Amino acid sequence: MDHLDRLEAQSIYILREAYKKFGKLGMLWSIGKDSTVLMWLAKKAFFGHCPFPFIHVDTTLKIPEMIEYRDKMAKEYDIKLIVHSNEEALRAGMGPEKGRLECCRALKTDGLQQVVTKYEFEGLILGIRRDEEGSRSKERVFSERNKDSEWDYTNQPPELWDQFKTDFPKGNHIRVHPILHWDEIDIWSYIGRENIPLVDLYFARNGKRYRSLGCAPCTGMIDSNAATVDEIIEELKNTQVSERAGRAQDQEDAYAMQKLRKDGYM
Amino acid sequence: MGNDREILKIVVVGHVDHGKSTVIGRLLYDTKAVPEGKIERVKQISKEKGKPFEYAYLLDAFEEEQKQGITIDITQLQFFTDKRDYVIIDAPGHKEFLKNMISGAANAEAALLIIDALEGVQEQSKRHGYILSLLGIQKVYVAVNKMDLIDYSEEKFNEIRHEMNKFLNSLHVYPLKYIPISAFYGENMTHGSDKMKWYQGESILESIDLFEKEKGLEDKALRFPIQDVYKFDNRRIIAGRVESGTIKVGDEILISPSNKITRVKTVEYWVDRDKRDVVSAGMSVGITVEDEFFNKRGEVISHKNNPPLVSDTFKANLFWMGRNSLIKNKKYKLKLVTQEQECEIISISKVTDATTLDTMENAMEVKTNDVAEVTIRTKENISFDEFKNNPNTGRFVLLDGYDVSGGGIVSDLEKGVQTTSKLSHNHNEITVTCFDEYFYFLAEGSVRKVTGRPYTFGHGDVLPIMGETYLYPNDFDLIDLKSRLSARVRKSRLEEIVGFNEYNYDSVPIIDTNGAYIKIKSQEAFNELINDYEINSHNINKWAAFANKWMDFMRFRQIKFDNALRISEVDYFI
Repeated sequence: MDHLDRLEAQSIYILREAYKKFGKLGMLWSIGKDSTVLMWLAKKAFFGHCPFPFIHVDTTLKIPEMIEYRDKMAKEYDIKLIVHSNEEALRAGMGPEKGRLECCRALKTDGLQQVVTKYEFEGLILGIRRDEEGSRSKERVFSERNKDSEWDYTNQPPELWDQFKTDFPKGNHIRVHPILHWDEIDIWSYIGRENIPLVDLYFARNGKRYRSLGCAPCTGMIDSNAATVDEIIEELKNTQVSERAGRAQDQEDAYAMQKLRKDGYM
Repeated sequence: MGNDREILKIVVVGHVDHGKSTVIGRLLYDTKAVPEGKIERVKQISKEKGKPFEYAYLLDAFEEEQKQGITIDITQLQFFTDKRDYVIIDAPGHKEFLKNMISGAANAEAALLIIDALEGVQEQSKRHGYILSLLGIQKVYVAVNKMDLIDYSEEKFNEIRHEMNKFLNSLHVYPLKYIPISAFYGENMTHGSDKMKWYQGESILESIDLFEKEKGLEDKALRFPIQDVYKFDNRRIIAGRVESGTIKVGDEILISPSNKITRVKTVEYWVDRDKRDVVSAGMSVGITVEDEFFNKRGEVISHKNNPPLVSDTFKANLFWMGRNSLIKNKKYKLKLVTQEQECEIISISKVTDATTLDTMENAMEVKTNDVAEVTIRTKENISFDEFKNNPNTGRFVLLDGYDVSGGGIVSDLEKGVQTTSKLSHNHNEITVTCFDEYFYFLAEGSVRKVTGRPYTFGHGDVLPIMGETYLYPNDFDLIDLKSRLSARVRKSRLEEIVGFNEYNYDSVPIIDTNGAYIKIKSQEAFNELINDYEINSHNINKWAAFANKWMDFMRFRQIKFDNALRISEVDYFI
């Protein structure tokens, strides 16, 4: 087994634990590279099937190619898709001009909370990684949230020997993070090896590409000529810039992501 | 970093201020794991604050970045050498972080224990020694740091080595090396030190490259715990991760504890690149079997001739992190691989306070942060192994309510009391006294043997080749003339035990069960020895002549002075 084989085997083990343990389980699909790798791992874990729905919390501000790609993939890979928007907030005119953190909170955090409540999810699978950002590095693989989706990061249980948190009071839910232990280069190496189809936005056109995908108003492109998976890996090996540098909400203040995540952000 | 490079996880432990951060900072610096820019920045900050640059600051800079205001957690750092990649797990020394330390160290494959040469063995040095013992980490180096503060003295280094070794051996932790260093001045970090010419061994970095990664899981007996059974289509797929061994299409398999036998029909896959007929340890797979009887999560698949233990009662060493004490006759949930069972603690034979190291026999409860020897009974039979035979199926966690509150390893099934140490492999057993110590007791004017706590060493176990009064080579053969068995020990580990008819002289020193060197250097001499033994073994008057002719008792031993016979030592075994 090589490095990618080990990562894959661990992720599949985690996905299967989640499926076994949670009656109501859903997977968050942001349409980005990480959650698409997660989709691929789920197909492997369940031998070509996806026994739980994929959830897209649609802020309606996404880049149009992303939505096109989403619908095409869902059809091709036989994915049950739940698309949900926080209609109430949108009707009230929510957008990044009202403040980036407020916007994230309303359209993403609250939107997600509405889905969890509506479908009574006990488990939510998310494609976050430890190397992305400080507060995510503190995550557990199975991470408990209370009924308001709040995260008590000061009192997390130890995760010994792949025995995860699967017992919790009714009303709480568990965030499951099967690719927590991967890094950005692992993701791209795996995409290359497995030939996983991605949205074109990641690959450079006219000297620019997206390194991380989000809502159109708050996501910037980077200067890059990397037009293939191999070129992207080469670029990442030589960069000193962090992955989410193009994500405006992170830069709002030093603890932006920690504050957002404490309240239930992905 | 290449994808197929070997990765080794090392936990660095030690008392606060004994220099863990300096050692780690230095390793990161010397292996160029820290970008130039960061070193410059840290040097700049040190200068501004009017402090001399220290390697430990490199680590602090990492922590600042990773911490971002939330709780201090286990920190993982990476570096690499020509040989392989390393993940360093930095374990906080403070008591309140014990939970985090255990979480991190539980995944380590090797350990570096740092001791301050001036302060010597301290409370946390001991507590961390416990945790290593408890987690079954056998690959341990002890670095005696700050040698500069004791003028690089060989004598003082040896004192600390003996003190720590005595303590660790009582926990059945046998360090492979003691390395004198000064991390601050870089002495003995990446290459030999001019200041310590008396030290013949390797530097820290060279030693770390010598840790041998456990490659054994694939070669161990098959353990494939069922994680789930899927029927998404016409296939009935048994899914799970192979914890050890190898399984292939056509294999006859036993399913425990229900004791059903069937054969593997197919190994399933989704994409063509995953198509294979043989799968082994570490892989998450799915199989179909010929007889489709009811299987469920928690059952363990093995080969028929090498099944796991099946029982509802076993002994364990455990550590407790729960909010409430662990008590007898209360229901807990036990999780062992994919099995979950209600269980009770039926006896607590010994509790050790992890701070004071006080032990208490037959205790009523185990408090938070204590470690204990207990006997556990599950509601129904479960399948498992002794930890030393198979770590993955020999460890478990206990839940109190919703929370994982304790972890432990299965120590044994056996009842009864063992009185002598043994080497054991493939149903062959050799009783040994070679790990006993000899002292000249000044108070009574005679030499006496002091026997250590009995223990059975199995295949692959590290042996205590260094005691207070003996030191065996890393590679040797141990022969038992009486039972005509030979044990092969390489790199301090028990490799195998075979009968004399299969023994071949291998140009390594040979010792007998008492630890006496046997004066032979060829197969012919070995044959002659056996003959001579056969002739003389029946006549008690000839024994001494035989022994004096063939054996040198003091080759690997010395006799030390001691004051008075120690009636009973404080027993730190957990």
